[in-house]
Amino acid sequence: MQFLSYLISGISLGSVYALIALGYTMVYGIAKMLNFAHGDIIMIGSYVIFFAFGSFGWNPLVAVLFSMVICTILGVLIERVAYRPLREAPSLAVLITAIGVSYLLQQVAQLLWTSNAKSFTSVVGLQKITLFDGQLIISGETIVTILVCIVIMVFLTLFVNHTVPGHAMLAVSEDRGAAQLMGVNVNATISLTFAIGSALAAVAGALLCSTYPSLSPTTGAMPGIKAFVAAVFGGIGSIPGAFIGGILLGIIENLSKAYISTQLSDAIVFAVLIVVLLVKPTGLLGKKVNVKV
Amino acid sequence: MGEMLSVKNINVFYGSIHAIRDVSFHVDDGEIVTLIGANGAGKTTTMHAISGLLKLQSGEITYCGEIISKMEAHKIIRLGLSQVPEGRRVFSGLTVQQNLMLGAYTRRDGKEAIQNDFDMVYELLPRLKERRGQLAGTLSGGEQQMLAIGRALMCKPKMLLLDEPSMGLSPLLVKEIFKIIRDVNRNGVTVLLVEQNAKMALEIANRAYVLETGTIKMEGDAHELANNIEVRKAYLGC
Ligand SMILES: Nc1ncnc2c1ncn2[C@@H]1O[C@H](COP(=O)(O)OP(=O)(O)OP(=O)(O)O)[C@@H](O)[C@H]1O
Ligand SMILES: [Mg+2]
Repeated sequence: MQFLSYLISGISLGSVYALIALGYTMVYGIAKMLNFAHGDIIMIGSYVIFFAFGSFGWNPLVAVLFSMVICTILGVLIERVAYRPLREAPSLAVLITAIGVSYLLQQVAQLLWTSNAKSFTSVVGLQKITLFDGQLIISGETIVTILVCIVIMVFLTLFVNHTVPGHAMLAVSEDRGAAQLMGVNVNATISLTFAIGSALAAVAGALLCSTYPSLSPTTGAMPGIKAFVAAVFGGIGSIPGAFIGGILLGIIENLSKAYISTQLSDAIVFAVLIVVLLVKPTGLLGKKVNVKV
Repeated sequence: MGEMLSVKNINVFYGSIHAIRDVSFHVDDGEIVTLIGANGAGKTTTMHAISGLLKLQSGEITYCGEIISKMEAHKIIRLGLSQVPEGRRVFSGLTVQQNLMLGAYTRRDGKEAIQNDFDMVYELLPRLKERRGQLAGTLSGGEQQMLAIGRALMCKPKMLLLDEPSMGLSPLLVKEIFKIIRDVNRNGVTVLLVEQNAKMALEIANRAYVLETGTIKMEGDAHELANNIEVRKAYLGC
């Protein structure tokens, strides 16, 4: 029963990773860059909720929606100002810029809100449920996190695979030039990708801080890196890969914390990644690039 | 029969490589014009420059009286100037039907009109119809070429640019592709055809230009060029 409890909270943590990993993987697939500032968007989004809901007492759902709007604007703005001028630049330059943006966001947060951790009030109103005569307790946060992740995953998959704008995204990700020849506006598609990824980051921040209620300017950093690992684990560029990678990572992390060692859990997570990449360099669901002449 | 596409003194660079030097040519409404030349002559570069995938260093390209050389690629296709790129470049993760649908991405004239063009493309390229639900990446090379042509026709182009559509195909399929190009042209679409298969290209074209290391070396009536000794030696192997 205890195992089940660890497993479920692992899935919940993994759902948060999956939501963040979706942002990494979609941006990588379409803009061909690693947006290392993605984790810090989560932090900014969480502060927005902290003030809107915690301080001003807004309705929690409205606060989360507001945070999604702010993060969307921020994500699109960052792409426009920092990444778009580097569209033709070597990828190393883009990567270093992304790391710079990440530090910038953290430092600005520190200036505005100090580096002291704030205690975040959960936005989830759902009561915990108790099963098997009190042997298994599942928190409201856990349930909501898992459900939200599933719903988002379903909608995103439907959007990408069954709508024309979704197909345009896939086209840009496969062959930017050919997509342009179809009349697809590549810049607009990249902006849309950043918008979706950043909105999901806001949701991930709300869920993450509701479960682990301590918020500081570096809150987004570690989950950001873990989610990046999850995206690579599942096969970077693949949406179902991000989902599976995220969930598996959460489960592995939680079970190693419970049964092996709390200190070693991160090391185990990264060791698993290395093993997976040695066996399958493209990640679990990553595609080999097939070129037919 | 007015001038549809006019390329004037264009120069294109890749970094410091001067790939296209002062190239000028034109295509009239309703014509098939072919641009022939050896590997690395600059044919694809010219096509990319016309479609807006590459920027010009200098010169000007006009299409239907409008200067397009400063326009973004995704806007140029909206004017009805469509390209079948070298190497097909179909979207391998999407089905045949979805690829064709993306070809109609710019259209806003309603489901019915688009459905009509689906029917037109499937009639012109019946093999695609049987394979409409198949992923483009699993098609044979010839089928992919047909898909690339069908996809480019879905935007209802006034002019079609084709970059080596016969590349890597068996002689029988090459014939079929050239027949399709001729049919497309008869339906009122102006064609600019880039080919290494000079023999076939000169057979269906009205006029031709010979591109050599980034400059136009010869131009003229396609039949005359086909009988020209220099062309015969260099491009027809006889
Ligand atoms: N991306 C690039 N970067 C640098 N040089 C390039 C690039 N693309 C093409 N070139 C150079 O420009 C010249 C013209 O190339 P282009 O692809 O236009 O030739 P082509 O006539 O289409 O040849 P082919 O028949 O082999 O397709 C070549 O010398 C080529 O090496
Ligand atoms: Mg070429």
